[in-house]
Amino acid sequence: MSERKPVVYPYIPNSVPEVKEQMLREVGASSTEEFYEDVPEALRVKGRMNLPEPLLSERALRRHVEGLLAKNSTAGENLSFLGGGCYQHHVPAVCDEINSRSEFLTAYAGEPYDDHGRFQVLFEYASMMGELLNMDVVNVPTYDGLQAAATSIRMACRLTGRQQALVARNLGWEKLSKIRDYCKPDIEIRPIGYEADSGGLDLDELDAVISPHTAAVYFDNPTYLGSIEVNGARIAEIAHAHDAVCVVGADPLSLGILTPPVEYGADIVCGDIQPLGMHTQFGGGQAGYIATRDEEAYVMEFPSRLFGIAPTKVPGEYGFGDVAYERTSFAVREEGKEWVGTAAALWGITAAVYLALMGPQGMVDISEGIMTRARYAMARLGEIPGVRVPLAAAPHFKEFFVNFDDTGKSVAEINQGLLRQQIFGGADLSKQFAELGQSALYCVTEVHTKADIDHLVDAIGKEVA
Amino acid sequence: MAQRDITRERYTDGKPNLRRYHQAKWDEPVIFELSVPGQRGILVPEVEPDLRAEVGDVLADIPSGMRRQAPPALPELSQVAVVRHYMRLSQENLGADLNVDIGQGTCTMKHNPKVNDQLAASPKLSDLHPSQDDATVQGILEIMYRFEQILKEISGLDRFSLQPGAGSAAIYANVSIIRAYHKARGEADQRDEIITTIFSHPSNAACAKTAGYKVITLYPDADGYPDFEALEAAVSERTAAILITNPEDTGIFNPRIADFVDLVHEAGGLCSYDQANANGILGITRAREANFDLCHFNLHKTFSTPHACGGPAVGATGVRNELAKYLPVPVVERDGDHFHLDYDRPDSVGKVGSFHGVPANVVRAYAWAMSMGADGLREVAEIAVLNNNYLLAKMLEIPGLSAPYAEGKRRIEQVRYSWEKLAEETGVHSEELGIRAADFGLHYWTSHHPFVVPEPCTLEPTESYSKADLDEYVAVLAHVVDEARNDPDKVKTAPHNCTVHTIEHAPFDDPGQWAVTWRAYRRKVGGEEQEGT
Repeated sequence: MSERKPVVYPYIPNSVPEVKEQMLREVGASSTEEFYEDVPEALRVKGRMNLPEPLLSERALRRHVEGLLAKNSTAGENLSFLGGGCYQHHVPAVCDEINSRSEFLTAYAGEPYDDHGRFQVLFEYASMMGELLNMDVVNVPTYDGLQAAATSIRMACRLTGRQQALVARNLGWEKLSKIRDYCKPDIEIRPIGYEADSGGLDLDELDAVISPHTAAVYFDNPTYLGSIEVNGARIAEIAHAHDAVCVVGADPLSLGILTPPVEYGADIVCGDIQPLGMHTQFGGGQAGYIATRDEEAYVMEFPSRLFGIAPTKVPGEYGFGDVAYERTSFAVREEGKEWVGTAAALWGITAAVYLALMGPQGMVDISEGIMTRARYAMARLGEIPGVRVPLAAAPHFKEFFVNFDDTGKSVAEINQGLLRQQIFGGADLSKQFAELGQSALYCVTEVHTKADIDHLVDAIGKEVA
Repeated sequence: MAQRDITRERYTDGKPNLRRYHQAKWDEPVIFELSVPGQRGILVPEVEPDLRAEVGDVLADIPSGMRRQAPPALPELSQVAVVRHYMRLSQENLGADLNVDIGQGTCTMKHNPKVNDQLAASPKLSDLHPSQDDATVQGILEIMYRFEQILKEISGLDRFSLQPGAGSAAIYANVSIIRAYHKARGEADQRDEIITTIFSHPSNAACAKTAGYKVITLYPDADGYPDFEALEAAVSERTAAILITNPEDTGIFNPRIADFVDLVHEAGGLCSYDQANANGILGITRAREANFDLCHFNLHKTFSTPHACGGPAVGATGVRNELAKYLPVPVVERDGDHFHLDYDRPDSVGKVGSFHGVPANVVRAYAWAMSMGADGLREVAEIAVLNNNYLLAKMLEIPGLSAPYAEGKRRIEQVRYSWEKLAEETGVHSEELGIRAADFGLHYWTSHHPFVVPEPCTLEPTESYSKADLDEYVAVLAHVVDEARNDPDKVKTAPHNCTVHTIEHAPFDDPGQWAVTWRAYRRKVGGEEQEGT
């Protein structure tokens, strides 16, 4: 092999040549090559891997990576109205402070003794989510809201012994794609249409399609297209009349104002906690929650870890541990429910901090403030000639879609123009929701001021004039 | 004045004393118990009065059935109280930065470089929205592209997706790709079996089962290798794939791995290499040389990204060219100096995770790989393996311990030990040794279930620990084993120096008592009457 430059690596204490020699002597080996005696010649990498030259100093590394990152132009440096599953909300400084604590950031799978802190925070996370959702059982987070939705459907199928899920046609395309892939090959995914004027599920179609084969009825509330599904109770009734499970995907931040889905009949509630203290991070802050009532049949279908509270041998001391561990793949491999593994625990810890900071009043304030701003944005955008907000009459939370058909311009063209004005316009829906024509999904949150919204309205006005 | 050998005062019988550790104990209540009505942890931006005046009462738009009746019963705390509570809980957690974290074998608890955390936390990344125009995200796309090139060279495979949310998600993505491949060949229904081994991670079996496959598990032969004869018996026209690790959890490298691959290929199946932990073989051997079709790497193992209490993470999934069309959407493509996300891939399995995975961890892993280079990665492997074999030699000096299979042979990056002899002699079990080790500030793990190796303990020292660190770990275990013989109660009643004491286990498996939330605990244990659920 080619000449290797002698380097003592800061991350590798035993790369000091003398130490290496001493350890080799102690184990009776002449070189590290001896440890690989089982790797046949035919399987060996020939020569040195062809990789970029290393940046050995921290200074050089930082300069290189920061140089690459500098090519990005962020939502913070521009004015962004993108949403669609990943949301620009204010991240309290305390969230970043706690989730960058090395004790949490670098820990992994310690026992309830050496990692008491992790268990307690994640129990508190589930407990605060439980209050928000009015449900007793919440999992340690799974990867993201997509996985939470797909797993919730699989849970419903196991609970009912049936293999069909009826899902609202107006889910985001990513969620629908994930559900379809995850439910192969045994579960049929049957989309149900939505009403053009309200954005709500088509109840007549649901009624016509649901059958004794239906395991689950799944819808998002608020819907991907932004409107609030006001017929939740009716949908749950229809599901229950056929002994199917009602599954609702809910933005946790909307629940300061909106009814927790369990109260209108949901049996499983799921979604993404990214809005609760995670930066957008090019999509890297997603984490999924799944919640149910405290019924054994439901609890036993969770694949995720569930952390419970219990006494210790010292009176008044709380201990924590895994609830019903024997249902997991850690315990029984393929006989477990789906699988469990590393997912998104640190975001659960962060969401705990967020909910503790916000408290009841904070959650009410933020929900109401977002709805108010979004309503203002809808009204103002609808005043631009040629621009329509088709569902303007329906209640919305933070997202809504805007139609540009009458402007003669495509969303792509308008968004390019907005980008030149340092605005990230709403996501283009024209491919995934062709029936909506040239429409874009806009998101307004508490980070937006009236001036931001007015600026957007002016900018779009210029583009479509 | 007479000279004192100050350092030697910390030694007994020529050896350093064991660490007199005690974990922080704040006796912290559950956060709801700290609530003071009216306190606020943070204030949210107020809506401007003129905006509100124009809009009116938005809540009036919401039908009564959709309007929450009472605010959520969250705790009410000042910011001071929230910070203090979670700081205290953080001190009651043993992060890898604090301990000689070699006790979580198979998980590659290596050093997480701080500079990489700082780079990943840059607003130039954290403030990016995943649906931004490609022109505004050239930096992160270039990093994703460059990192893919590095993974291609490390594996010898042709294309990677960085979308799966961790190792198990990558295994599932690979199973989806395997299904798509057979479907395109008209064999999806016929090929309904997936083969794995008992010393591969349980998610290989569990993901295959979730995806509808019948799972066949190979057990080790007398030498600890996956049983080749058992594979010959298992392979058939029903075989969709084999999902296999090498070296397995035992740390034994299977020299016949290419024969395993060939046999499955001859039967028309695909071969997927679980390289969640590839730490001991970087630059030594690759998926390509053994003729694998797919593989995956856990960036939180081999590539140094922090484990974060169990994610967020990335499972990078790699394939040969002929399978590339099935990878999840989107993939990053390069066009001269421009990078773009390609969603137009009609054969793709679709989405396996949100957006683009966890790009912050790609930044960390890229930075790590760039700080090592080809020689550095090889040094990582060699030192990880040197550390492991050094640890093996020292551990085997402890009476009552064995390293089952392949006796006298070298191991790669980890070893699954057995305390069977000690347990027979003393009645003290492996789990109990581990809990006692926590009294010395060390984490210790047994193994996944089932315990094929009796009384197991899996150690993986990685390249990140010094000779002195390894000596300390062995000294603590030797001491605990000595206690097991001479003062077994001390071990069986542990922990003594941790935050909490022996936890009652029965409530966790009893539906009448288990409590996954504080509200459930108040109801079940406190007898509180609650509305609804």
